[in-house]
Amino acid sequence: MVEPGTLPVAPTVSGAQALGEAALRDAYQLMVMARATDERCLMLQRQGRIGFYAPLMGQEAAQVGASRALTPEDWVFPAYRELAVALARGVPLKAIFDQLLGNADDAIKGRQMPNHFGFRTVNFVVASSPIGTQITQAVGAAMAAQRRKDPIVTIAFFGDGATSSNDFHAGLNFAGVFQCPSIFFCQNNQWAISMPRKRQTRSATLAEKAAAYGIPGVLVDGNDIHAVYDAVREARARAVAGGGPTMIEAEVYRFGPHSTSDDPKRYQTDQELLAAKERDPIGRLKAELIAAGHWHEDADRKLWEDARALVSRTFEAAEKGKPLDPRSLFDDVFAEMTPRLAEERAGFDARLREGATKS
Amino acid sequence: MTELNLVQAINRTLRDAMRQDPNILLLGEDIGVNGGVFRATEGLFKEFGADRVIDTPLSETGIVGAAIGMALYGLKPVAEIQFLDFIYPAFDQIVSELAKFRYRSGGQYPAHVVIRSPYGGGIKGGLYHSQSTEAYFCHTAGIKVVVPSTPADARGLLFSAIDDEDPVLFLEPKRIYRSLTGEVPDGTHRVPFGRARIVREGSDVTLFAYGAMAPLAAEAAETLSRDGVSAEVVDLRSLVPLDEATCIASVEKTGRAVIVHEAARFCGFGAELAAVLAEKALYSLKAPIVRVTGFDTPFPYALENLYLPNAERIVHAARNAVRAS
Repeated sequence: MVEPGTLPVAPTVSGAQALGEAALRDAYQLMVMARATDERCLMLQRQGRIGFYAPLMGQEAAQVGASRALTPEDWVFPAYRELAVALARGVPLKAIFDQLLGNADDAIKGRQMPNHFGFRTVNFVVASSPIGTQITQAVGAAMAAQRRKDPIVTIAFFGDGATSSNDFHAGLNFAGVFQCPSIFFCQNNQWAISMPRKRQTRSATLAEKAAAYGIPGVLVDGNDIHAVYDAVREARARAVAGGGPTMIEAEVYRFGPHSTSDDPKRYQTDQELLAAKERDPIGRLKAELIAAGHWHEDADRKLWEDARALVSRTFEAAEKGKPLDPRSLFDDVFAEMTPRLAEERAGFDARLREGATKS
Repeated sequence: MTELNLVQAINRTLRDAMRQDPNILLLGEDIGVNGGVFRATEGLFKEFGADRVIDTPLSETGIVGAAIGMALYGLKPVAEIQFLDFIYPAFDQIVSELAKFRYRSGGQYPAHVVIRSPYGGGIKGGLYHSQSTEAYFCHTAGIKVVVPSTPADARGLLFSAIDDEDPVLFLEPKRIYRSLTGEVPDGTHRVPFGRARIVREGSDVTLFAYGAMAPLAAEAAETLSRDGVSAEVVDLRSLVPLDEATCIASVEKTGRAVIVHEAARFCGFGAELAAVLAEKALYSLKAPIVRVTGFDTPFPYALENLYLPNAERIVHAARNAVRAS
């Protein structure tokens, strides 16, 4: 078991052939790692050890497949469910847990709720909660890269719900007009909290919306890592060659709740969920690897054991992290603190010294 | 020094900044081929081309969202929102995204975007070409808000806005785009943020104003002086960060404060300034703080001149303040 983060970032790049044996095994390990993290985090939230969690289970092949078609220089504009993308780009699991806990090692200094991480070192832009806002931003970054003639793409990750947002329309429209190197990667997991895909649009598919903006729209089975990888690889190659943006709809299914604040039993039937789980992307890749003679059950059991142990160990290490310095509350509002903020901090400091304010 | 009006000063400053730094680019509606509906970007498309003066589709959220992405990538975008009244489709991008990027990323992703936008009344623009809603933005942590009232300050503040490492909303008082001219330094003259300008010194009452209200306050001070009332005029210039020290020092000297803005009174910027003076200069006050502002109605069309503060209203308020003590 190789810990994500110690892997070379994105070992396969656009233009390379289809995913080979080693790359597939690596992708599979990452997917298992993400699933093990999800399962553990849902429990940790129930235990009160983290405040919130939004699982990605069911979307592992879509996220890892897309990530593996990118280069380290490409820019990722995630939504808040892109754990496997972060891991695939080499973010250590510990850094994820530091963010879930908001401890002193958290790269974003405890400024946002769990899952809203960001890591400049791997061009993984910090997430936010508003839906779809990252789409126009990703387009702007692509327009900047286009002007600098940098051979990169930006990729915006978003869900089916985001296709109803203002920024989906504005972003695809700008990208179509300016022909910038953008990939719009929609993980259609069929649910926006409780609203089914059909409540977002009358369109037969989400991918077909791209046509209205004059850009290619591609529909792929998001449980098929090869299909996802190939679609992103092709979109990337076209974008870097000056051929403009592409929208990809990866059809998946959200196996978990929207977040730990939600109970899918209110709106989802067991039957539907069970049927979706028949198409579990992890089971699918495992079967493929075993059939090809690249994997076996003993190795799989060991992988899961190792993954779960690593998740536990890493989380426990993160839990021992130091708390944030309360004074950091006032940092990073502006590059330089304004007199008003300095005054507020001075008052806060004085109360802290008196022991009046608990952190 | 060159004699310019305010919109000419903005145009020259954009041009000079773009000549100095190839990372600066402009984006907005009708700013390229057409040179902007107020001609603020006249000639820039011709000089810098379509890659740096970008005519965008009609989408404010697209403009600001794209500007954020460009800034994250390392460019210095200066976005134009054609009228402040039309900024709301981009409100989410400004308030939820732009203003919070540095903070929410723990300092990893500063987003240096300048948003220029003409604001305010006095041009017979009715509801949707007249409003002065700076307070919405001043209320949001993480974005600076500045308002020039002279051609020289327009140049100095715009250079500072482009240099700044944080997002800046640069509000342009369109009513005085062309109605007054002034000497403008030719070089890279910068007006630092957070420094108010004492337009005129006085000892009996302080008139606080910004943007298109600053020349009216100066006019009112002139009238008051003929009555023997010595009014000090402070042009705030920078709302965020606010130059509290200059405001407090002035009131400590005069003992009276009249705050003028064309925005509606309720929760307007004057409320913040009045609170600062009450918190930090109460014992210097000889009379209650007075606000001369737009009314708490939507912005009218035919009755615009009755809605907007004018010199007479300012004089009246100042006289009352002086008489009250």
